Amino acid sequence: MNITLNHFLIVSSLLFSFGLYGIVTRKNAVMVLMGIELILNAANINFLAFSRYSNSIDFGQVAALFVIILAAAESAIALAIVLNIYKTFVNINVDEIDKLRE
Amino acid sequence: MNDISFIQAALAVLFLPLFGFTVTLFFGKRFSKMYLFEVAIISIALAISIYLLFMKLVYFTDAKFVAQIPWINMGDMPGFGKMVIDLGIMIDNVTVIMLFVVCLISALVHYFSIAYMKGDKRYNRYFAYLGIFTFSMLGIVFAHNMLMIYIFWELVGLSSYLLIGFWYEKKSASDASKKAFLVNRVGDIGMLAGILLLFTTYHTFTFDVIFEQIKAGQLPFNSGFWMTVTGILLFCGAIGKSAQFPLHVWLPDAMEGPTPVSALIHAATMVAAGVYLTLRIFPLLTGDALLFIAIIGALSAFIPATIALTQNDIKKVLAYSTISQLGYMTMAIGVGAYSYAFFHLVTHAFFKAGLFLGSGSVIHAMHHEQDIQQMGGLKNKLPITYYTILMYSLAISGIPLTSGFLSKDGILASAYAFGGLTGHQIFAYTGFLVALMTAFYMFRLVFLTFHGEPRNQHKYDHAHESPALMTAPLITLAILSVFAFYTANPFDAGKGWVMSSWIKTPGSVVPEVLRYPFMVEKKTESAENAHEAAIPEQQVNIVHSEEYTEAMHHAHLPAMLLSLLVALAGIGTAYLFYMKKVVDVDKLTSKIKPLYLFSLNKWYFDELYAATFVAFTMGVSKVLAWFDSYIVDGIVNGSASITKYLSNASNLFDKYVVDGLVNFMAIFSGFLGIFVRKFQTGKVQTYIVMVAFSLIVLLFIFI
Repeated sequence: MNITLNHFLIVSSLLFSFGLYGIVTRKNAVMVLMGIELILNAANINFLAFSRYSNSIDFGQVAALFVIILAAAESAIALAIVLNIYKTFVNINVDEIDKLRE
Repeated sequence: MNDISFIQAALAVLFLPLFGFTVTLFFGKRFSKMYLFEVAIISIALAISIYLLFMKLVYFTDAKFVAQIPWINMGDMPGFGKMVIDLGIMIDNVTVIMLFVVCLISALVHYFSIAYMKGDKRYNRYFAYLGIFTFSMLGIVFAHNMLMIYIFWELVGLSSYLLIGFWYEKKSASDASKKAFLVNRVGDIGMLAGILLLFTTYHTFTFDVIFEQIKAGQLPFNSGFWMTVTGILLFCGAIGKSAQFPLHVWLPDAMEGPTPVSALIHAATMVAAGVYLTLRIFPLLTGDALLFIAIIGALSAFIPATIALTQNDIKKVLAYSTISQLGYMTMAIGVGAYSYAFFHLVTHAFFKAGLFLGSGSVIHAMHHEQDIQQMGGLKNKLPITYYTILMYSLAISGIPLTSGFLSKDGILASAYAFGGLTGHQIFAYTGFLVALMTAFYMFRLVFLTFHGEPRNQHKYDHAHESPALMTAPLITLAILSVFAFYTANPFDAGKGWVMSSWIKTPGSVVPEVLRYPFMVEKKTESAENAHEAAIPEQQVNIVHSEEYTEAMHHAHLPAMLLSLLVALAGIGTAYLFYMKKVVDVDKLTSKIKPLYLFSLNKWYFDELYAATFVAFTMGVSKVLAWFDSYIVDGIVNGSASITKYLSNASNLFDKYVVDGLVNFMAIFSGFLGIFVRKFQTGKVQTYIVMVAFSLIVLLFIFI
């Protein structure tokens, strides 16, 4: 079987959909963060796939590296926020934290 | 001293009292001694007026100073021509003498009032009013045109109104002030009509210009009849202001004002303004107009004199006497005795102001008792007041060595001469009859007040002589009632300095056919007769033809003897009636009861006017009130209710349509808000779903 760009894209979109699903459905904030990680990885797959199947290989790989670093930083900050939310609400259930409404 | 300084001094005298009035009125409430300012101001004005009098009469006897500035310049008016209205000041001998009289009496009344009005709650305001009166009166004196006279004429009317009604808490005082004001308006309408007739004919208000144009032969509507009408209309103002018959009814009521005010306004100055006006317009009066004036004057001299015989209020007697004396002056003008009319104005101003101030002193002493039946025997209690009043009474009765004798005798002689020349002897007879009555009622007053037994012992015991502030003006005026100020010869004023060099009769300017025959000058004769040229007044008195002067000369001696006789007869009768009680007065009055009541009730003039003019006016007012309340108000109310219905409809439209629309918009956005709020859950996950959903929708739309 010849693996083409479409296969990569299908995988990445599936990964994106799982990530989105995780963000939307999970009640636990940590699980939501994990969904975000999935979405970032889906984007990474896209970057690498497009760089493999186009002429400008370097840019895609650099961008992927960048995203990995970004994801690390993001999860560090996000976990800190979650900790703070927990401190404030004694709860990390995203359904019950609806302060944004006000 | 030159023209300019004369005018400047005149302006200073004119505006000083206005200044005093303004300052006293505005600061009177804050400073209780503010009246002293007004008193000081009037004293300065008096000083300047004496200076002006002296300079004018001694050094500029024949000069006439005029200064004028254009006030309103309307340019060329269509159908009228050039229209310029001037303001101006004219100073001649009559002006300065009148100026002195006004300033002197005003100042004396100021001094007198300081004591008389003491303790009044509107003390400062009273002095302020005296200031505005003096200003207005001086305005009339200085005015060189009809319009200014009219303006100041109304101003004196106003001040008179304010001062008659000064004690406005008293109903009678406020009624009297209204009566005075309204009755004066009646005369002023005529005066205004006369002024406008002059203005439409001559396009100016200035006396001299009008006289010149009449002399050039221009008459209103080119008819002698209208010339007469103009003169009579102008004289109407004098009828009102000088309280001449038939508008004399306001003056006795005006006695409700404070007594010093009666002395200043209603005896000496304002009421004399009518005579002053008639003197000013003298040149344009035709023979017929003069005859009319003489008739009014004779009636005004006679009727009030008969009323004064029976009055018991000391001020009422004096008020009727004032009307009677003003009638004398008017009659004198009517018979052509210009200079004697003015002379009598001056002498009368002094002794009548004195009489009023004297009566004020008596009233003050008797604690505001005005009924002479309650007095008697006051001679010992009030010696200064008694002797001064005696002096004035002698003057007004026309006893030799007094000023009143000179002027009254002159008028009677003129009337007598006039009768001889024209056949109208009635004026001389009236004059003598009035002189008899004057002497009688004045000495009735003196005897009842000062002689005999006190009729009210309680009031008599409490009576006291007035303070020096009140007696000093009395003495001053009594001194001025002596003949020596006017002439060296106590029996004939004609040769004295007042009559021969100060007061010059102005020549008539109306065409000769309209004059009295004896007023037509005969130039050739007087130029030929050498002995006439030697007597200076006959050259300038061009109104007095040779005939008239001659008649005057002949009339003088019999008139003098006769007037002396009637004066003594009047005094003697009063003496017999009230001192010796030869005739029982009560019995006499009951015998001639109808006549007595007729006089006591003032000829029923008030009742007559109440039944005719007042009732007529009230009737017309009632009809008008009915018309007003039913027709005019009906229209107004009708349109009001139409408006009301329209606004009700408009209100409904507003409430349901306009407001409905607005409310609908509000409710709609409310609902929209409620609906949209549902999306705002605050849950991040919901938002993300929405974002994702929207993204998908957009993708479908755009791709």
